[in-house]
Amino acid sequence: MSEDDTKDNKQGHEDGETRRDFLYLTAAAFGAVGAASFAWPLIDQMNPAADTLALSSTEVDLAPIEEGQSITVMWRGKPVFVRHRTAKEIEEAKAVDLTVLRDKQADSDRVQEGKEKWLVMVGICTHLGCVPAGQKDTDVKGDYDGWFCPCHGSHYDSSGRIRKGPAPTNLEIPEYTFLSDTLIKIG
Amino acid sequence: MGSGNRKKLDNPALEWLDSRLPIVSMIQKEYGVFPTPKNFNYFWNFGAIAMVMLVTMIITGIVLAMNYATTASDAFDSVERIMRDVNHGWLLRYLHSNGASFFFIAVYIHMFRGMYYGSYKQPRELLWMMGVLIFLLMMATAFMGYVLPWGQMSFWGATVITNLFSAIPLVGDSIVTLLWGGFSVDNPTLNRFFALHYLFPFLIVAVVFLHVWALHVTGSNNPSGIEAKGKQDTLPFHPYYTMKDAFGIVVFLVIYATFVFFLPNALGHADNYIPANPLVTPAHIVPEWYFLPFYAILRAITFDIGIPFTDIVLIPAKLGGVLAMFGSIALLFVLPFLDKHPVRSSRYRPWYKWFFIAFTVNAFILGVCGGKPAEGIWVPLAQASTLYYFAFFMVIIPFLNKKEPVLELPGSISESVLNKKGAKA
Ligand code: HEM
Ligand code: FES
Repeated sequence: MSEDDTKDNKQGHEDGETRRDFLYLTAAAFGAVGAASFAWPLIDQMNPAADTLALSSTEVDLAPIEEGQSITVMWRGKPVFVRHRTAKEIEEAKAVDLTVLRDKQADSDRVQEGKEKWLVMVGICTHLGCVPAGQKDTDVKGDYDGWFCPCHGSHYDSSGRIRKGPAPTNLEIPEYTFLSDTLIKIG
Repeated sequence: MGSGNRKKLDNPALEWLDSRLPIVSMIQKEYGVFPTPKNFNYFWNFGAIAMVMLVTMIITGIVLAMNYATTASDAFDSVERIMRDVNHGWLLRYLHSNGASFFFIAVYIHMFRGMYYGSYKQPRELLWMMGVLIFLLMMATAFMGYVLPWGQMSFWGATVITNLFSAIPLVGDSIVTLLWGGFSVDNPTLNRFFALHYLFPFLIVAVVFLHVWALHVTGSNNPSGIEAKGKQDTLPFHPYYTMKDAFGIVVFLVIYATFVFFLPNALGHADNYIPANPLVTPAHIVPEWYFLPFYAILRAITFDIGIPFTDIVLIPAKLGGVLAMFGSIALLFVLPFLDKHPVRSSRYRPWYKWFFIAFTVNAFILGVCGGKPAEGIWVPLAQASTLYYFAFFMVIIPFLNKKEPVLELPGSISESVLNKKGAKA
């Protein structure tokens, strides 16, 4: 450090701040912003890539699914449950008093109008992500005639709503549209 | 790290090296003449044993990586190929998978040793905290390693554990998507886990270096918990402790080898020999044994925490479980600041000793609970054990700080050793 520098440091403003302090701070601030803007691409590369996102819709033909039958299709790497509900299941789902539900949702909010017999849900337990049983006739369906997650014991009803166990919310309804009476597009 | 007052070496080649980079002097100072308390018992072997296991994991891991395929479609088959076709592949894989278990055994004993003899206390707080950091890195490494064979337990373990982060309010789901690189555990997840599984052991090496450096600043604690006061209390590290460590390492490796050769799958789970299937969850998911106590704590919080007599939930059960699990490790981290009692060793702490033995038994009970389905008696038992785990740190230790009587401490390490001999004679 030359003599001048030291002088400059000592003879600052009255409040003791010098021009050098200001330069340090601005340099540090620019450095921090620079580092952060370089860090972002390094982190964001972990998010879903364009080709992963491109895979994000699936069409399902409903015609072969008989009443009381379910199928599981893959959508974005996850199982989606498509169930052709029986009249009894629809009745049960509608009859539930909403105040007893943890995640209060009417059955009509979980199916499309006029298509009550089709229940389309992401088949992933909202607790920690296991696939609940109940898709096959021979599966355990839990205490509410729907699905049962064996991992930590969550029971879902015939509308896929959480009724008992640790899961916080109902099984998720993905975005889907009816392309015709027997064809849906998920995603 | 300067050469300081380096002694000239006799061998001219070593002297040439040492006068330029005093690495020989350093080894001699830190591992040759290093003054070490003379009263170590066998609990003091486990640091060296853990180091051997770390090196074993890195060596076997690198040769496995030469034969491993990092894509979701090929990973499982490549591990089976290692088992059946690669020369000695079965041995390398069994050394690596059982090595993880034995690494944890060594580190757990090492940690319980530290807690029993108060090794975390002033001036070794930072040393202890770096140890807890190593433990965290090991857990992350082992978790990601277990995903690599891409069996059913790999896949569903990864799913359940990454989903823990979805409990975080607001940003949870974005974090989970970020971790997965997609909308479920899939190929991108496997790729990044492999990259990190390769990296983390070397981070562990770096922290171990700092850990040992800090140890050589303060010197070792010992079973009496009294600082060494002079030459009469210590022995040079070599040959006394190089021999004792070597003996302990050999005994440990014999047990390890027994598992590798005769019980290679005893500590694993059969479901991991079924290829990962995103559409079917195994009926009973359990993590590797070394995670079970923490898994039990996670599952013990089955209730929402809210304002009583209202519908308002402050901490839903799912978030509560995650907080409790991470909290249980955070408590280990801050232990040096919770325990203010002036005496280190449990030998002279009549109350702490029994609370700590109960803590150890409790840790085993938690482990058993974590391995059982979360139903029946296992739920309240896990809850009671979780309560004791937290009470130990947050109630019992602060209480003992003020109330626990102290047994008379011997004047020095030397005296403590001689007294014990005297009493026996
Ligand atoms: C801290 C040290 C390490 C720990 C605790 C650890 C732990 C594990 C575990 C638990 C597994 C699963 C074993 C199984 O069930 O098959 C595994 C697999 C694997 N690890 Fe490591 N590991 C470590 C270091 C390394 C290193 C340095 C590499 C080098 C790249 C490596 C490469 C692999 C590979 C390729 C696999 C997959 C093959 C297999 O499953 O056997 N590991 N690791
Ligand atoms: S993942 Fe379904 S109950 Fe935990």
